Amino acid sequence: METLTFRYATTQTLPGSRPSAITGVVASGNLEVLLERNAPPGECRVEIDTAINGYGDVWAAVVADFVARRQPGGLTITINDGGARPDTVSLRLAQGARLMEAS
Amino acid sequence: MTDWRQERTAREARLERARRHADGKVVPAARVVDLLEAILQPGDRVCLEGDNQKQADCLARGLSACDPARVHDLHMVQSGIVLPEHLDIFEQGIARRLDYSYSGPQGARIAKMLYGGQIELGAVHTYLELFARYFIDLTPNVALIAGVSADREGNLYTGPNTEDTPTVVEATAFKNGVVVAQVNEIVDRVPRVDIPGDRIDFVVEADKPFYVEPLFTRDPAAVTETQILMAMMAIKGIYAEYGIRRLNHGIGFGTAAIELLLPTYAERLGLKGKIATHWALNPHPSLIPAIESGWVSQIHCFGSEVGMDNYIRARPDVFFTGSDGSLRSNRAFCQTAGLYACDLFIGSTLQIDLQGHSSTVTTNRVAGFGGAPNMGSDPHGRRHPSDTWMKAGREAGGTGDPALRRGRKLVVQLVETFGDKLVPAFVERLDALELARKLNLELAPVMVYADDVTHIVTEEGIANLLLCRTLDEREQAIRGVAGYTEVGRGRDHAEVERLRARGVIRRPEDLGIEPLDADRSLLAARSIKDLVHWSGGLYEPPAKFRNW
Amino acid sequence: MDRETTWKPVTLSTAPLDQSWYEASARARLAGLLDADSFAEFIGPEQRMMSPHLPLFDLPRAFDDGMIVGRGRLAGRDVLAAAQEGRFMGGAFGEIHGAKLVGLLRAALVVKPAAVLILFDTGGVRLQEANAGETAIAEIMRAITQVRAAGIPVVGLIGGRAGCYGGGGLIAGTCARLVISEGGRLSVSGPEVIETNKGAEEFDSRDRALVWRTMGGKHRRLIGAADAFADDTIGAFREAALTAIPAAPAFDLPTLEAEQARLEARLERFGDARDATEIWGRLGINDPAAVPGLTTEAFDTLLAGLPEVSHDAR
Repeated sequence: METLTFRYATTQTLPGSRPSAITGVVASGNLEVLLERNAPPGECRVEIDTAINGYGDVWAAVVADFVARRQPGGLTITINDGGARPDTVSLRLAQGARLMEAS
Repeated sequence: MTDWRQERTAREARLERARRHADGKVVPAARVVDLLEAILQPGDRVCLEGDNQKQADCLARGLSACDPARVHDLHMVQSGIVLPEHLDIFEQGIARRLDYSYSGPQGARIAKMLYGGQIELGAVHTYLELFARYFIDLTPNVALIAGVSADREGNLYTGPNTEDTPTVVEATAFKNGVVVAQVNEIVDRVPRVDIPGDRIDFVVEADKPFYVEPLFTRDPAAVTETQILMAMMAIKGIYAEYGIRRLNHGIGFGTAAIELLLPTYAERLGLKGKIATHWALNPHPSLIPAIESGWVSQIHCFGSEVGMDNYIRARPDVFFTGSDGSLRSNRAFCQTAGLYACDLFIGSTLQIDLQGHSSTVTTNRVAGFGGAPNMGSDPHGRRHPSDTWMKAGREAGGTGDPALRRGRKLVVQLVETFGDKLVPAFVERLDALELARKLNLELAPVMVYADDVTHIVTEEGIANLLLCRTLDEREQAIRGVAGYTEVGRGRDHAEVERLRARGVIRRPEDLGIEPLDADRSLLAARSIKDLVHWSGGLYEPPAKFRNW
Repeated sequence: MDRETTWKPVTLSTAPLDQSWYEASARARLAGLLDADSFAEFIGPEQRMMSPHLPLFDLPRAFDDGMIVGRGRLAGRDVLAAAQEGRFMGGAFGEIHGAKLVGLLRAALVVKPAAVLILFDTGGVRLQEANAGETAIAEIMRAITQVRAAGIPVVGLIGGRAGCYGGGGLIAGTCARLVISEGGRLSVSGPEVIETNKGAEEFDSRDRALVWRTMGGKHRRLIGAADAFADDTIGAFREAALTAIPAAPAFDLPTLEAEQARLEARLERFGDARDATEIWGRLGINDPAAVPGLTTEAFDTLLAGLPEVSHDAR
């Protein structure tokens, strides 16, 4: 297991009022993403517990792309990862953001 | 005086030796070893029918039980190395040299034996190449083939899995060779004559029915959201764009996803009748929903698929069937059809390099080629135009009179950027090169050459390599869809954006596709059981795919 | 038996109730099963009540430990519900996972819901926290008897990928009513366990047709182990749950004695059978081999002609 922590400044706050959302399931090649609206408005914090060590660079790239695209200011994102591929991670992050934006 | 009949005389001698083990043409399974020892001579070229699916397993067991003192140094010329016995005979000294096409399930063992020098390798072929050489310089002396039933005269019913049999028999029987067929049963009258009896010398009633592997069944339950997204991109960005009607699909989950999206996503795009109507394809169960929804005009098959017999029998407008109603497949003809009469091949691979060469070889597995390189190549012998072919040809550019410019076949690699265990599909250097170095091969085993591939589809987007004008553009187009692999992260971002502006790279959003819409609810069938329902109960999946 | 059954067209609907139960996540099953937006989770993922044991084994944890518990409404009536996520560690019972269900059942004694629904999807006890898991199984069974004794029906729903095995199978045995789908499996020892202990000749775990005809929904319904057979949709499970709740028998001595008598008679009658198809033949089914291929409709018709497979025991 490896724990990774990232912190980003964002130009915007993610719209919506939902306090939290969860998507995905921890399984081999899959992950769960918990999103909570409890960070300062211009900030996004991401913490990852991953089953596979040594992919810090890839995680940094995937998460940075997500943050740049969605500007999820105000969110704390916590991930339990069972060894998901980067495309699955991107998909779950996008699904999570959509859940938080809904109503 | 020159003796022009030496081969004929030798054949007569073989038959004479063998006859005492037979009652007419019929040989009991218990006498197989005696029969083979009587027919075979050291150094013979032998085709032990190992197809993509059907296996002459009873004869394979017989051959591996032969006395290596009497039967040795055989030169095996067969398309599939599938059964353990296919390699046992090399360890036993019964066989020495090998020319073949495909070795999927034995890929690891064959690599080990090649490294160990137990096999003297001729070449790894594509199917059509090997079949072609049967008629030029690899003509079998003896063919050991498999069928469903035969009568006492040797008239043979191959069953739906005709596959390689007619080609093998043609080359052997008409060039003074001996043909032995194993059948599941001897009958008074065969349902249809696939091979006339005068081409079959002996018929062995096998101890158990020949083995067929369900190679083309993809459980819809295992199709992922990423594969659905890629299938959506392929349909909208390639099938619709080029109006692809005549095509061949590989056997991966990505192409299964495309098949399962035809009656849903593609239907909503209004593409019915405009794409995917004529196929060179095995009877994929995952195509049942599209067939039942009226998408498919006709399908010619390389072989059959386990459990599809009754469904095919009930859909003769779609499939090629015999007077008895069952499927007639033919690998050589279907490969030819896929090569010359299809406008698109789409399949998957394990590795793609920066130029676009792709390979399924890893350093410890030699899986061979099968049919993909024939399907996945641009045939220079093609002369008939089609809108798809001409459009692709125009995109590839060129100079001079347009009427002198040939079209292009679309060869699409549908590949997820990372495979199992986070192994990247995009690499700087193919493992095939390392394998070639280790085995001292003149040619690295490349599945699809860079100059044949026209598009690469990944979850990140589509790279249209036809539109690339320089090697550097090509490399950046490939890097630009290589996701978070090292190759992908090594891209020149500015150049990739320029290629995107030119439409060389197209992202989901450029195609009007929202990745979050890539949901399993888009699949026309989400389980094998759904496929059974679609078929009205005609499809009978093998036990390993059932959960009921 | 009529093999010319009518095959229902495959639904292309995207409505939540039409989705496959087998495929759905535990959260999606709960959301569809209960009245829209009525589910309120206890100890939700944001509380991060995760397994204290898995990090010792270098294994990833889940925020809900694979067990989702809470309250909701079913056709307007208050119910408590628990759902196992079969994809997280095979839905196995660990310390937190089990404690959440124990707590829910104990809460039922206080809040007196119209029913407690347990959405099983489990391979049994989690090996990495086996002692806690085994203890949880015992506590859950005890709690279920107490809830049932208080007159609250406990209904089990079985149709997930992991089936309902090991301790899950034992717990299911204490429920007042069980609903199962064709893909659902119910047993104590799983196929691999039997093969490992008794050999492939005794039970070939890779023969999926054998696994399902021995442990699958149709067989369990035919031998009276499950009380209702549902199509593999969330909507069908919802309908079956609505029917099951009022049908739950009283938890009293006559019911238990009837169950004991039923099980003894069943063992007497079928104990020497070597294959499920033999049992189906003895039940009076003309073409036992055709049973696995029957559509739900045809299977329901078959059941209607076999009154003995339905009973009020438990």
